Amino acid sequence: MSDVTAIANGREAGLGAADLVGGAPTDYLALLKPRVMSLVIFTALAGLVAAPVHVHPVIGFAALLAISVGAGASGALNMWYDRDIDAIMSRTRTRPIPSGRIAPREALAFGLTLSAFAVFTLGVVTNWLAAGLLAFTIFFYAVVYTMWLKRWTPQNIVIGGAAGAFPPMIGWAAATGSISVESLALFSIIFFWTPPHFWALALFKSADYGRAGVPMLPNVKGAARTRLEIFLYSVLLVPVCLSPWMIGFEGRAYGVVALVSSLIMLALAFAVWRDTEGRDKDKAAKRLFAYSILHLFLLFAVIVAEHGILAPLGFAS
Amino acid sequence: MNAMDPRSPIENGVVLTPAQQKARRQRNIAIGLAVALLCALFYAVTIAKLGSGVIKGAG
Repeated sequence: MSDVTAIANGREAGLGAADLVGGAPTDYLALLKPRVMSLVIFTALAGLVAAPVHVHPVIGFAALLAISVGAGASGALNMWYDRDIDAIMSRTRTRPIPSGRIAPREALAFGLTLSAFAVFTLGVVTNWLAAGLLAFTIFFYAVVYTMWLKRWTPQNIVIGGAAGAFPPMIGWAAATGSISVESLALFSIIFFWTPPHFWALALFKSADYGRAGVPMLPNVKGAARTRLEIFLYSVLLVPVCLSPWMIGFEGRAYGVVALVSSLIMLALAFAVWRDTEGRDKDKAAKRLFAYSILHLFLLFAVIVAEHGILAPLGFAS
Repeated sequence: MNAMDPRSPIENGVVLTPAQQKARRQRNIAIGLAVALLCALFYAVTIAKLGSGVIKGAG
């Protein structure tokens, strides 16, 4: 179909230039949520290097690329579906679709195409268990979380958090072709980390979510209940973060880092629970939100360092 | 009068702005690079998977 025919068809369908032309490559990159992708790459890398199987570097690189593109594709599908509420929230209104840089149908086609490519590539390069887990993760994030849970229940991010927790399990499956207790421990860390992380954000962005009609916990159950649940999940997170060391999968270095970092996170969560008055309440939530990112990064960095750097050099902690 | 005729009304329909033309050119380059990268990746993966079997098979 020539450009002229496409334009003629587009006019008949009532489309404008923005519907037919599309944005710049950077806009498509933004659809993939690069910051989320970087976390996915990092946690999937941890699963891949922690597995007790040697993976050829080229195969490992291809697997990571497929996992990260799959995660990005689910982000594009999320932005396609959420374009109405993204246009309302200050945090998201500059995204490519609400700002008019990319047409919704282009984002949908982009997300679906990349999803299919990513799953197929991971299956061909590694194994179909890993590809199946990646396909399930994309489905879980785009359909179960985005289309169903997000606008329905304040427990949206608790259940939806599973989508973000799958990457290390996919990395492990890509290397071993199986699911094991170790990969479930890595899954659990991200799964139980997600509620305090997102609810800390929701506490100081509750007005934004409220305007968009997204039932986040602070809007539905109130700030006090949210602060309590943040603290309770942070308590639960301590043994979960220590579990890789307790089952003998990680060494002492991980155990020490996990214990110290988990206690810092717990102390910050306690401050969020207690500081309910004045300017301190938002400050405590912001501090917890920022530290939670560092906490997760530290844990997975130690895993990557222990298995990917120290173990090959003959050091065992 | 056909669609390619310079006087066609379709020609006066959606006209790309310089910014849109630039975006389209950039997209074309990005797609080309992505396809080239994918070819290189599949080639490298094939070699990595076959490994020494290729050399043994040739002998």
